[in-house]
Amino acid sequence: MEKTVNQKAWFLVLPVLLLVAFSAVVPLMTVVNYSVQDTFGNNQFFWAGLEWFEEMLHSERMWDALTRQLFFSGVILAIEVPLGVIVALNMPKKGFWVSVCLVLMSLPLLIPWNVVGTIWQIFGRVDIGLLGYTLDKLGVDYNYTQDVLAAWITVVVMDVWHWTSLVALLAYAGLKSIPDAYYQAAKIDQASRWKVFRYIELPKIMGVLMIAILLRFMDSFMIYTEPFVVTGGGPGNATTLLSIDLVKMALGQFDLGPAAAFSLMYFLTILLISWVFYTVMVNLEKQEGL
Amino acid sequence: MAKITLDNLAHAYLPDPGSEADYALKELNHDWQDGAAYALLGASGCGKSTLLNIISGLLVPSQGRILFDGKDVTGAPTAERNIAQVFQFPVVYDTMSVQDNLAFPLRNRGRDEAYVRERVQEIARMIGMEDMLKRKARGLTADAKQKISLGRGMVRKDVNALLFDEPLTVIDPHMKWELRTQLRKLHQDFGHTMIYVTHDQTEALTFADKVVVMHDGRVVQTGTPEELFERPEHTFVGYFIGSPGMNVIPARVEGNRAYIDGTELLLERGYGPLTGKVEIGVRPEFARLSQSEGLPVKVRRVEDVGRHKIVRAEFFGHELNIIAGEDDHISADMNRVSFDPGHVNVYADDWRVAGEAA
Repeated sequence: MEKTVNQKAWFLVLPVLLLVAFSAVVPLMTVVNYSVQDTFGNNQFFWAGLEWFEEMLHSERMWDALTRQLFFSGVILAIEVPLGVIVALNMPKKGFWVSVCLVLMSLPLLIPWNVVGTIWQIFGRVDIGLLGYTLDKLGVDYNYTQDVLAAWITVVVMDVWHWTSLVALLAYAGLKSIPDAYYQAAKIDQASRWKVFRYIELPKIMGVLMIAILLRFMDSFMIYTEPFVVTGGGPGNATTLLSIDLVKMALGQFDLGPAAAFSLMYFLTILLISWVFYTVMVNLEKQEGL
Repeated sequence: MAKITLDNLAHAYLPDPGSEADYALKELNHDWQDGAAYALLGASGCGKSTLLNIISGLLVPSQGRILFDGKDVTGAPTAERNIAQVFQFPVVYDTMSVQDNLAFPLRNRGRDEAYVRERVQEIARMIGMEDMLKRKARGLTADAKQKISLGRGMVRKDVNALLFDEPLTVIDPHMKWELRTQLRKLHQDFGHTMIYVTHDQTEALTFADKVVVMHDGRVVQTGTPEELFERPEHTFVGYFIGSPGMNVIPARVEGNRAYIDGTELLLERGYGPLTGKVEIGVRPEFARLSQSEGLPVKVRRVEDVGRHKIVRAEFFGHELNIIAGEDDHISADMNRVSFDPGHVNVYADDWRVAGEAA
């Protein structure tokens, strides 16, 4: 079919373009502005060129935070995705319990981030928290304010508690869309439970699972509030993830230039990883389609 | 291969069936002879698929027993029954190649790889997919996928029965005919017991040795295509088989005479006193329009369908279909209809009454 060329169509995109400009592009440009300047106070700014970017690229602090961040995202993905799928597989397919399950599972998703942080902060306290107190009485040496491992476990478990339902709900939606005939055919073919999962369920939920992974990756890579409320990035810098470090640098130390350069690199990293992820996803789908 | 016996079988989807209307499948006794090709024919929602799923073990009946060669398998899982079933919509394992799809049922049963390869080749030839064996099943057309499903159903040689649940719904018409012929050939070559569910009478009549007609959860007649045509045991069979179906006209029957609105019609056989709703049934093929012979009729319209003409007429206030030859001329003054007396059936409460030779 011959497509007609009509440049007027650009006007239809204009409102969105304007909105995005004011909500994202303009604020981002102020950050770009800071990132290439230095200030000694008094609202006086000097041109610094790409100096801050260079400094940040060689900053051990930033690389450490990035390493912790990648580790965090890797761990929670490795737990939440399989766990979410297992939960989805075991959810009832019909009846009264479906709604009960759905409501219970959506609850954590509805709680504001800093409330989640506060819940776990108190939950884990050795003096008054149910979890911390119990563990302490059981003789487990658990103190997330002092012990690095305890702090990490708390932060990871909190994220798993908060977000596994998202993966589970998406996977459940995918599973629900599989027609009964597939399961019946598998029975006739005498396929084992594992083969049913591997050859029927997994291929059918792959699409939503990819979206779940992408969402969870982006969200976990930008996580700030919950770990900040619980550990404040400590003990030491043990749980200082990228955004926590960024806020420390920008607002704590008021190093506007380096922080701005850092933000931009942070933003580009997320963009890059998400883009790679998306491309791989789409290509995989295309390949399978052949 | 096995003889399948249904003993007092019934099924309701409700947990607590009360009246007979709650049953999707009403009480049923039936033998599926070993090695015969059956068609299970009926309108949508008449219980055909329910019956099929009970035979294959996907559904446990609420009452009664299923026997394979005399052995009770009512509670046995599908795997133990060794049955192959093909569903209405194609079921393929998307991420596997065509070859692996066909091999799946054999591999799951631990057959050795050389045998699997040989069988897969054979089946691929049968369904005409030899050159596609290496391709991923995802992205194939619906009829290619359905051919794979059929192939997967046929790949095991030792099955007790092959069940088809309207398998050709998604297939192109010309391919339909070809696949049905192949199924038929497969049946002749290997002698599997086959049950073929369909709502398409042509499919049923061309595929099967015996057609089982179901209506409203009940088997109303089992017979050869010829029997179903000549002597429908139930008005539903008469109406469902044939195009158009049998004419069913309310009448009063006394001895060897039927009275339609007081007008007398001579029957070939004699009948005792009948109770309930009494009707006579005549297939359009056995009704003849003329100027002088028979009972009055009013022609409404004539449809020429190529091979013959279908005359839609009004007969004592009831719709009556008559089939006339392709070259027969239907003139405006043809207002009489006569029936072939040997082919007028009498029904009481929808069931045929045999009658005695008069």
